[in-house]
Amino acid sequence: MNAVGSAGELAGRLRATGYLAGEGLATVGYLALALHRPLLLEGEPGTGKTSLAAAIAEALDLDLIRLQCYEGIDASQALYDWDFPRQILHLRTVEATTSDAAVEEVEKSLFDERFLLSRPVLRALRESPAVLLVDEIDRADDEFEAFLLEVLSTYEVTIPELGTITAEVPPIVVLTSNRTREVHDALKRRCLYHWIDHPGLAREIEIVRTRLPEVSERLAEQVTRSVQRMRDLDLLKPPGVAETLDWTRALDALGADVLDVETAAATLGAVLKYREDTDRVRESLDRLLAS
Amino acid sequence: MTATGSSAPGGGAMPDLALAGFAAALRYAGLGVTADRVQLFLQAVAALDPTLTADVYWAGRAALCSGPDDTARYDEVFAAWFSGDRSHGVARRTPQTSVQAALDEAAEGSGDGDRTLKVSASTTEVLRHRDVAELSAADRAELARLFGTLRPKVPVRRATRQRPSHRGDIDPRRTLRAQLRQVGEPARVHYRRRGVRPRRVVVLIDVSGSMRPYADSLLRLAHMMVQQAPRTVEVFTIGTRLTRVTPALRRRDPEFALRLAGDVVPDWSGGTRLGEVLKVFLDRWGQRGTARRAVVVVCSDGWERGDASLLGAQLQRLAGLAHRVVWLNPHRGKRGYEPVQAGIVAVLPHLDDLVAGHSLASFAELLEVVADA
Repeated sequence: MNAVGSAGELAGRLRATGYLAGEGLATVGYLALALHRPLLLEGEPGTGKTSLAAAIAEALDLDLIRLQCYEGIDASQALYDWDFPRQILHLRTVEATTSDAAVEEVEKSLFDERFLLSRPVLRALRESPAVLLVDEIDRADDEFEAFLLEVLSTYEVTIPELGTITAEVPPIVVLTSNRTREVHDALKRRCLYHWIDHPGLAREIEIVRTRLPEVSERLAEQVTRSVQRMRDLDLLKPPGVAETLDWTRALDALGADVLDVETAAATLGAVLKYREDTDRVRESLDRLLAS
Repeated sequence: MTATGSSAPGGGAMPDLALAGFAAALRYAGLGVTADRVQLFLQAVAALDPTLTADVYWAGRAALCSGPDDTARYDEVFAAWFSGDRSHGVARRTPQTSVQAALDEAAEGSGDGDRTLKVSASTTEVLRHRDVAELSAADRAELARLFGTLRPKVPVRRATRQRPSHRGDIDPRRTLRAQLRQVGEPARVHYRRRGVRPRRVVVLIDVSGSMRPYADSLLRLAHMMVQQAPRTVEVFTIGTRLTRVTPALRRRDPEFALRLAGDVVPDWSGGTRLGEVLKVFLDRWGQRGTARRAVVVVCSDGWERGDASLLGAQLQRLAGLAHRVVWLNPHRGKRGYEPVQAGIVAVLPHLDDLVAGHSLASFAELLEVVADA
C-alpha cells in the first residue's frame, strides 16, 4: 500500500478512480487511514457510501473485502467456519487407508488450514492491507455489533483449534449505515463518523461527467438539474447520485442526446421507484425540465 | 501537538487545552462527548494541520459527532467557540414543559409520606379505571406509583438464526461435529430450530394541546416499555413536529427520564399536524426500517384540522410497512364515543386495533395487545 500523505492527496487519488469526494469526506477518509480507525458513513441511500470503500480500495490498489450485514448474521458467517463435509470425508479416507492411526493425530489433521472456510472479516485480517467494507451495519443485530466491536478494537481473532490470528497491518475498515436503527454508541466511539449529503449541482454534474464520459455535456447537465429539482419535490424516495447515473445511462442507451418531456417520461423508471413519486413527477415534468 | 508553534483558527495560541475546552463546550451543548472521543479528536487534529480552521472542523466533526442531528449543534458550538468569544458558551435549552409542571405537582403529592399508606385497595381499584385526565395532583402521584405494577411484555418474531433444540430440523453442523468426536462413527442426531427475537415496537405520542392531559401518562407508559426492551422500542412525540425521545426514556428513573424527554420536545401542547408529522416520521425513520415489521402504536385523538386525506394516505403507507398498527385513542374509552371525526374516519380502514387509553386499566390492555402482536 502506498501511504497517503494528506487529505488532498487522497482526494486526488479517489478522483483518479472516478470518485469525487468533497473536502470533508476526503479529510475524514485521510484521518481514517492515518489513525487506523474504522470509518462510519451515514447518509441518504445512493449518496456513495458503499462506492467510497470500493474507490479507496482501487485508489490504494488493495483488495476490497465486503461483508453484507443482515438480520440474524452471526460470527460464523462473518469470521470463519469449518468445512464439515470435507472433514468427514477426510476422516473416512484416513480410516480406510491406515488401520492404526493415532486418534490425536487424526483429530489434529482435521482442523487443518485446508478445512477452514475464511469469511470476510477473517480474510480481511489475514490479507491485510486490504479494505474491509461492512455494509449496512444497521441491519445486523446488537450481538453482532458487539462482536464486530471486539474485532475492530484489536484487529485479531482467536480460532480455538488454530490459535490467534492478528492482522500485521490493520485493514482499512469502512462501515455504512442507513440509520434504520441506531448503531451502538460503543461501536460509534471506535469509529470516525461522517454524514454524506447529496452533492451540489456542479459537483454532481462533474460526477456524471467523470463516470460517464461518453455522455454529452448537455445531457449530463439536464439530467442532473432535473434530479436535483426532484429532490425538492418531497418524494417518498428522493433519487440519489446512483439514480442520476442510472438515468443518464438509460437515456444514453436509448440514444437520447437531450432530455425532453417524451424521453423523460419513458425513462422515469430509472430514477423513481414508487408509483406515487412517478405520478407526482409526471405532473410537473415541464417545470422540472425547464432550464 | 504542543502549544508552541501552532496557531488557532482565530489567530491566537491553540494548545490541546483549547481543543479540550471546545470538546467540553460540545458536551455542555448536549453531544455525547466522552474522554476517548476527545483523545481521538486530539489525535485527529495532530494528524492534520492544526493551524487550519477547516482541518480542526472536520477532525472534530468526525471524532465528536455521532449522528446527523449532532452536526447542526456542532456547527453552532464551533462557530461560537472559535470566533474567540468564549465568555458565554452555548446555552443549554431551558426546560419549560407541561410534563415538567405535572411532575412538580406529582412530587409535591408524594412528598406527603402518609399518603401512600392511606390509599386503600379499593381506591387503587377505582384509580385503575379513572380517566387520567380528571385526576387531582395527589391521585396523579398515586397513579405514577401504580404504573410500577404494569408489566410490559415484548412482542417477538421468529429469528433468522437457528438454535439447538430437541425438535425441528436436523442440524448437520452439530451432528457432524458429534460424529467427528467419535472418529466418524454415527452419533446422536442434533436438531435445531429458529429461535425468537424481540420485535421492534414504535410508539408515537401525540403531544398537541388536545392530548395534553394524557401526554404525561402516555410517556410514562412508553418509559416502561423502553425499560423493558431498550434496544427494540422507539418512542417519538408528534405534534407540530416529530421528536425522538427514546434516548431520554432509556434513563432508568422515570421522573428523571420524563424530565429529560420534556427538555427535548419543543412543541408541547401546540397544534396538531398529524398527517404531515406522520409523513416526516415515515420519510425519515419509518420507511428506512424503523417501522418495518414493527408493532406501531399511535397515541392520538386523531384530531386533524383541515384535510384528513394526507393522514389517511400516511396510515396506508404505515400499514404497508408495519407488522401491526395499533391506534390508542383516549376518547375511545368514554361512553358515547363514536369514531366520526374526520381524522379517525380516515385512519380506521388501516388499523389492526383501535384501543382505549384513558386509564391505567386500559394501558394494561394496550400492553397486552402489543405483547400478543
